[in-house]
Amino acid sequence: MSPLLSVRDLHVKFPITRAGDMPWTKPRFLHAVNGVSFDLEPGKTLGVVGESGCGKSTLARGLIQMVPATGQVKWRGETDLLSLSPRQIKPYRSEIQMVFQDPLASLNPRMTLGQIIAEPLRTHRPEVSGKERRARVAQMMERVGLLPQMINRYPHEFSGGQCQRIGIARALIVEPKLLICDEPVSALDVSIQAQVIELLKELQRDLGLAMIFIAHDLSVVKNISDEVMVLYLGRVMEKAPKALLYDNPQHPYTQALLSAVPIPDPVAERAKQIVPMTGDMPSPMNPPSGCVFRGRCPRAQADCAEVVPQPDDDLHRVACIHPGPMRDSELAQHAAG
Amino acid sequence: MVMTSEQRVEATEIAGKGRSPWADARRRFFRNKAALMGLVILGFVVAFALFGNSLAQWSNEELDYNVMGQIVELGGPSIESGHYFGTDDLGRDLFARTVQGTQISLAVGLVGALIACIVGTLYGAVAGYFGGRTDSIMMRLVDIFMAVPYMFVLILLLVMYGRSITILFAGVGLISWMEMARIVRGQTLTIKGREFVEAARATGVSAPVIILRHIVPNLLGVIAVYATLLVPLMILTESFISFLGLGVQEPLTSLGALISEGAGTIAYGTTWQLGFPLLFFCLTLFGLFFIGDGLRDALDPKDR
Ligand SMILES: Nc1ncnc2c1ncn2[C@@H]1O[C@H](COP(=O)(O)OP(=O)(O)OP(=O)(O)O)[C@@H](O)[C@H]1O
Ligand code: SF4
Ligand SMILES: [Mg+2]
Repeated sequence: MSPLLSVRDLHVKFPITRAGDMPWTKPRFLHAVNGVSFDLEPGKTLGVVGESGCGKSTLARGLIQMVPATGQVKWRGETDLLSLSPRQIKPYRSEIQMVFQDPLASLNPRMTLGQIIAEPLRTHRPEVSGKERRARVAQMMERVGLLPQMINRYPHEFSGGQCQRIGIARALIVEPKLLICDEPVSALDVSIQAQVIELLKELQRDLGLAMIFIAHDLSVVKNISDEVMVLYLGRVMEKAPKALLYDNPQHPYTQALLSAVPIPDPVAERAKQIVPMTGDMPSPMNPPSGCVFRGRCPRAQADCAEVVPQPDDDLHRVACIHPGPMRDSELAQHAAG
Repeated sequence: MVMTSEQRVEATEIAGKGRSPWADARRRFFRNKAALMGLVILGFVVAFALFGNSLAQWSNEELDYNVMGQIVELGGPSIESGHYFGTDDLGRDLFARTVQGTQISLAVGLVGALIACIVGTLYGAVAGYFGGRTDSIMMRLVDIFMAVPYMFVLILLLVMYGRSITILFAGVGLISWMEMARIVRGQTLTIKGREFVEAARATGVSAPVIILRHIVPNLLGVIAVYATLLVPLMILTESFISFLGLGVQEPLTSLGALISEGAGTIAYGTTWQLGFPLLFFCLTLFGLFFIGDGLRDALDPKDR
């Protein structure tokens, strides 16, 4: 099967102008997404994980031309979305829809729920009559678990979970092929998180949706993803099918993220290896040379500063020149040092 | 789909029509005593302008030959003569003239504010939404216009094209939109960064529709507040021009023109000629300021 979305070497750079810069000074660039590649099959889910500020949202926005990106984003193996003009890309905007991080902020406070959900339909299918549109909105509301009598209410009257359902209904009303969920549950209570993820899974199964599911920790995407991609400072650190990544993580960063995930079973929790990670993520304005993770890596060696790891295996991609499971000696050494 | 208990509770207690952000603001506004008083005052002034003529015994043009020449002795306010507010220096009924002047002043204020709202909002929202070079050019243009001494231009216009009420409306409108455009642009910059605007852009909603459907409705609070402050400003501008003798033409008059006349004759002891127009002028301004204040509090509850 040919992939629905095929991304090659995606880069997003933001020019940074400082106050007091002269118009002719060359702007410095913040390289927010640096050479990301992946394929996404129809109906599958790619989980994208990384700390805050590692470029997850920027990656999502680069894919759909919300920020200027370079590289290649092939849709259904035919069209390169990045080569399209704003007018040409419009039809694709109904095929790729987004769900946002802050459920309430992503809804216009001056519009009723009915108007909000209907907006993509009005934009992409203006020929649909008002009556038909209302019927479809009502149907979609029921589908995501909203009651029909809520249609004339305003976003501020709803809880976070309900607002996210509204956001999902809005995204799905134009029957997209790909849904990009940018941290859809980060702002929600844990009990509500599970409900929203279940809803997304159910909808994905029924509608045959492909999904890019962004989160900042590995536990959230575990349930829903087929493949998981770990980002750090705009680069892919490790990318593998779910089972491989969770059971046999090769990259020290993935291992550190995994060890930070609490395990519900207390015995297993105590037995778990804790992979140490020191310091904070460096500023993306001046990333370290060589491997960008080396400042925090418990396994970093001299050659890590010289060589930029170039992963080649496409099934299990690891951007590390010393990959492999964490050895006890390394853990001990780091704890001592 | 199984309903959560949370949804079921909400479903039973809130069926039907939504509580819009406007309804909330209205409730807060009506709880504000000062704003309510402003509304009553303004309501009184407007009613006076609209229906005052049916109470008047005289028209605003008729000369009362009985009082002519003895204005100081006979032209004062009195119920018997039918001159409730007295007469002016020529023996014309001041009540009818104040009604007429209030009409003109309110109209100038409303038209000026309306033009400011429409032109200023669209201009500012377009500049702010598109940003970049469009924004720089549009806002520099406003800066340049603002540097021109507008009173001078307005007076020049009135001298060149003759004193007509159309020129006055046009002139007042022409100068009033620029400050509005600046305020709206600033607000647009913050609103366009909000996630719901990004959501609309991501689904492919076109720029004009985003401006009209997503940006402007979220600006209405600011616009409403600023407009209520603009109306008095417009009335003041018109009054100043009338005070200089360049405003509306006889037999039409405005509060500013009446105050000017009244101030000219105060030395003879005809205090009512200044007092009554001034009273209505002040009532209008107070009413509008209180309403503006109340609106600001009602629309941004966080601001206090
Ligand atoms: N429009 C922009 N201009 C300049 N820099 C930007 C812009 N948008 C994002 N950045 C920078 O790009 C980097 C990545 O940001 P991004 O929002 O993609 O992170 P994220 O992984 O989504 O984080 P979070 O989990 O907090 O949402 C950050 O350093 C951010 O400061
Ligand atoms: S390349 Fe070196 S520094 Fe980077 S992750 Fe691998 S071991 Fe750590
Ligand atoms: Mg983000």
